Amino acid sequence: MKYLSYLKLELLSNLQYRSAALAGIATQFFWGALLVCVYTAFYSHTSIDSINYDQLITYVWLNQAFFALIYIRNKDKDIFASIRTGTVAYELCRPYDLYIWWYVKLLSKKYAATLLRFLPIIVVALFLPKPYNLSLPISLLAFILFLISMFLGSLVVCAINLIAHFLTFFTMHDKGIFSILNSIAELLAGFDLPIPLLPTILIMVSEYLPFRLIGDLPFRIYSGNIDTLYALKSIGLQIIWIIVLLIIGHLIMKKALKKVVIQGG
Amino acid sequence: MSYISVENLNKTFKVPQRGSGLKDAFRSLFKRDYKYINAVDNISFDIDEGEVVAYIGPNGAGKSTTIKMLCGILKPDSGTISVNGFNPFNDRKKYVGNIGVVFGQKSQLWWDIPALDSFQLLKSIYKISDEEYNNTLDDLIKLLDLKEFLHTPVRQLSLGQRMRCEIAASLLHNPKILFLDEPTIGLDAVSKVQVRNFIKEINKRKKVTVILTSHDMSDIEALTNRLIVIGHGKKLYDGSLKGIKSKFANNKKVEIIFEKLNKIPNIKNSKVIEQNKNRILLEIDNNTSVSNIINKYSKECEIKDVNVYEDNLDDIIFKLYQDLNL
Repeated sequence: MKYLSYLKLELLSNLQYRSAALAGIATQFFWGALLVCVYTAFYSHTSIDSINYDQLITYVWLNQAFFALIYIRNKDKDIFASIRTGTVAYELCRPYDLYIWWYVKLLSKKYAATLLRFLPIIVVALFLPKPYNLSLPISLLAFILFLISMFLGSLVVCAINLIAHFLTFFTMHDKGIFSILNSIAELLAGFDLPIPLLPTILIMVSEYLPFRLIGDLPFRIYSGNIDTLYALKSIGLQIIWIIVLLIIGHLIMKKALKKVVIQGG
Repeated sequence: MSYISVENLNKTFKVPQRGSGLKDAFRSLFKRDYKYINAVDNISFDIDEGEVVAYIGPNGAGKSTTIKMLCGILKPDSGTISVNGFNPFNDRKKYVGNIGVVFGQKSQLWWDIPALDSFQLLKSIYKISDEEYNNTLDDLIKLLDLKEFLHTPVRQLSLGQRMRCEIAASLLHNPKILFLDEPTIGLDAVSKVQVRNFIKEINKRKKVTVILTSHDMSDIEALTNRLIVIGHGKKLYDGSLKGIKSKFANNKKVEIIFEKLNKIPNIKNSKVIEQNKNRILLEIDNNTSVSNIINKYSKECEIKDVNVYEDNLDDIIFKLYQDLNL
């Protein structure tokens, strides 16, 4: 299939950025260690009902290991350049759906970046001394549900990310949209603090938005912070959000392309 | 009905206008003024299968806009386009399998990987069978001489090599129509000739209909007999290359270089444009023979060199514009 061939090709061409991956791994380790220290200090003076210490530490390490996958703020230079320089004309001369095509491109970049990074972090975090280590999944079922929701989470984040790309064509500058993503979306996605540690009002708001379905959901399924029934319901919600976001994005792209009228020549 | 038929095609672009200064900048936040540009203004033409047609005009004339409508990228405001029975915009996904496109100023190859990998991807995009793909690719490699750099990442190729790969990429799926938008821009003489020969060959062998735009007169002379000229969105000329030359290229320039000139001979219908110590530049009309001029001058001086300049395409279009008062 053409979309799969494209996924493969982009994966292969992105797998060559090994030194960037090395730097990423180092950063993620540092952050992980820092957060583990902070939360350890925090939990030694108090206890929190919504998430226990072991679950939280597991959350931290998974978050660091899959950071490249759940990161919302990716900017794809090629997509911007394609539209700015008019190369998009070529892409419109091909028998494929351009939106899906670019979606696959974002996904493959994420997968390549993640494949290069996650394993060393997972392995080292598993073998750290207790209680600072990454725990094993709570059950086999939880692990399977984690894998499914992690995959769906990657579909959610790319759908959001692609919409952000097209919104920039209406705002003239890419900074605005991506700063909003940075502050609001990442807060409600549990990037700054895991969702259970957020104030009640923000937890309520996050329920109505797709951001928590990116990373927060799979990490909490893995550690058993979310029970099976709620996990299954949330996975259903992920699928609905993916469809909704793709349709919205498709419509926005159509409008954006009409607006740019294919520059040059 | 013709293979490609375009009737009363129109396309207008709405361009936001803004005055300079703070007041206008503030005003434009609330109320925008627009200017309407008729990029393509009531254009009609027919093209038969297997023809090679040059579609030319100065920058901003509406060439690319027309090509983009023919490719199904842009929707015409009004008028009809029919290509081999397809409406390009409405049937875009089915239609684009029939066409190949090369935009000389843009690249369709993936920058970081060898051209061959891009070709593989195009194979699966167009669902080309293994057999057809291998045959076509072998052909293209031979004709365009691609063998040496097929495995080199595209970013390391020279412009000429890259352009040959671009053209190959646009022909892998054996399209019936090939659109070439300035395919020789920036190429050196050797690459230009290679590209031209290839276009001729592919047109002859596979009966591919070729529509090309170029600012390079020699491209057009080498490749095609039929010329469609547009300017300011309007069709100015549709006919043979010879026709346009006899109609609009009236004057030639003759440059004579000599040691020492005794006196300027008197020749009818010639005008001295420039003159200095050992060079003179004359303008003559097309009916005056150059040999007559050389003859007369050789009596007055020792001629070292003679150059004859004919109007090039840009001059002709310039005249065409003046003629039509655009």
